[in-house]
Amino acid sequence: MAYFTQQLINAITLGAIYGLIAIGYTMVYGIIGMINFAHGEVFMIGAFISLIGFMICNLLGIGSAPVAIVLVLLIAMAFSSVYGWAVERTAYRPLRGSFRLAPLISAIGVSIALQNYVQLVQGARPKPGGQVVSGGFTLFSADGFDVRVSWLQIIIVVVTLVLMAGFTWLIARTSLGRQQRACEQDMRMAALLGVDVDRTISLTFVLGAALAAVAGMLFLLYYGVIDFFIGFLAGIKAFTAAVLGGIGSLPGAMLGGLLIGLIEVFWAGYFSSEYKDVAVFAILVLVLIFRPTGLLGKPEIEKV
Amino acid sequence: MPDPMLAIAGVETFYGAIQALHGVDLDVGRGEIVTLIGANGAGKSTLLMTICGNPRARAGSIRLDGEDISGLPTHEIVRRGVAQVPEGRRIFARMSVFENLQMGATLGNPANFQGDLERVFAMFPRLAERRDQRGGTLSGGEQQMLAIGRALMSRPRLLLLDEPSLGLAPLIVRQIFEAIGRIAREEGVTIFLVEQNAFHALRLADRGYVLANGRVRLSGSGSDLLANAEVRAAYLEGGHA
Ligand SMILES: Nc1ncnc2c1ncn2[C@@H]1O[C@H](COP(=O)(O)OP(=O)(O)OP(=O)(O)O)[C@@H](O)[C@H]1O
Ligand SMILES: [Mg+2]
Repeated sequence: MAYFTQQLINAITLGAIYGLIAIGYTMVYGIIGMINFAHGEVFMIGAFISLIGFMICNLLGIGSAPVAIVLVLLIAMAFSSVYGWAVERTAYRPLRGSFRLAPLISAIGVSIALQNYVQLVQGARPKPGGQVVSGGFTLFSADGFDVRVSWLQIIIVVVTLVLMAGFTWLIARTSLGRQQRACEQDMRMAALLGVDVDRTISLTFVLGAALAAVAGMLFLLYYGVIDFFIGFLAGIKAFTAAVLGGIGSLPGAMLGGLLIGLIEVFWAGYFSSEYKDVAVFAILVLVLIFRPTGLLGKPEIEKV
Repeated sequence: MPDPMLAIAGVETFYGAIQALHGVDLDVGRGEIVTLIGANGAGKSTLLMTICGNPRARAGSIRLDGEDISGLPTHEIVRRGVAQVPEGRRIFARMSVFENLQMGATLGNPANFQGDLERVFAMFPRLAERRDQRGGTLSGGEQQMLAIGRALMSRPRLLLLDEPSLGLAPLIVRQIFEAIGRIAREEGVTIFLVEQNAFHALRLADRGYVLANGRVRLSGSGSDLLANAEVRAAYLEGGHA
């Protein structure tokens, strides 16, 4: 029981990070009907900007961890947003209206370019992030096993919950979110009502990038080490989460992230950590075969 | 005659290599109700969408109060006071009736929202009853009411309607045409109406045009067109008149 609880805590932490990245995939898919293949790289860049941000905080002598985290969070979100915006402008917008695979190819191109760019300027070797938050407490002990919760895990889950709640509110209740949903459903009609569709699409990429940057910072804090390649695997897992939850569905992305976290951690904890990625991708294949719309996916049938 | 509100001259529109409009000339005066009729595929919907910039006219000019709007993006055109009830209604299926009306008010002044909402609900009480129902589950007639209400929420000066009576029962058709007449008379909205239901539409209209194969073929006052032998033969079959 104690071991199980420990795995559950670890899984929720990891699932929170995947969920944040998955939101970007699902939102972009919702509005333009295409996967943003460069999204994982925006996450990776968010992690690197956070790394640099923490170093600068260190140099400036900002000793308080909460202050540093909030500061770095804002910086990472701001810079990554610019990358998200640029991905849309370079890889997607010029090719809108051309054949469907063209933007995917250009996005893969941008993705490789971003990886190589970071590899060149930051080096190929993994970079340690230093410890910003340490410590934790023992939840309970049983069977001679201590169930530990670290402060960092609490920070990760709380930051994620707050952002997801805020984001859900933004989409469901604000006029900006309504315009975003209107574009998802019928871009031509949204334009006829005065919505600037191009701006709304840009904004969707920007919001997704900002959340991915948060995930990047949390990833850096959690694992303590990053390299230019982390966007690939984390990106594909978050994409799997989005498909599992139902691509295009916001709650689906969050649920999918959590489930991928659970699968990965429990597989590693009870079977073997070598095949945890295989387990995750096997899930992707099974979902695609048996439930292509995902767990919370929108049914295609609409009367209109 | 003073400057018309909407002046369309020599407009040509293409879908890829296919030409749908072959030099259309047409005016809509301030405060007028103008009806456009024509067979299936004549280019009526294309003309309404071209006015709103999607697709864009490849040649000719479209002037709104003297300003050429044919190069503007759609959201800039509608910002100038144009609203459209498009072909097929295009209700946001996964939004409630209320949210659809909120979308209609995207360009409106938030201070007017509550009053405008009440005006729409007074015009179509059915919408008030179904305020929180999802757009996709409304009946066809209710969707048409919602599409018109949504267009009114922006307080347009020029309202473009594409076959508002399509697929509706005669009683609802009467209601919709009555509502259009009231919008024009009581709110002073200029109306450009595309219809298959030529009898109702021409009776309501000050003037009318007949479009055939992407060209204006006939024009005149509503009553003249109703009396025209060609119009009667082609568009009034079924013995309305
Ligand atoms: N998206 C499109 N792509 C290619 N051709 C199109 C497209 N939309 C319309 N057309 C063609 O343009 C012509 C005019 O179509 P339009 O929809 O304007 O006709 P309409 O007068 O509104 O007809 P209806 O009364 O059936 O609604 C038709 O020949 C149609 O096939
Ligand atoms: Mg039509």
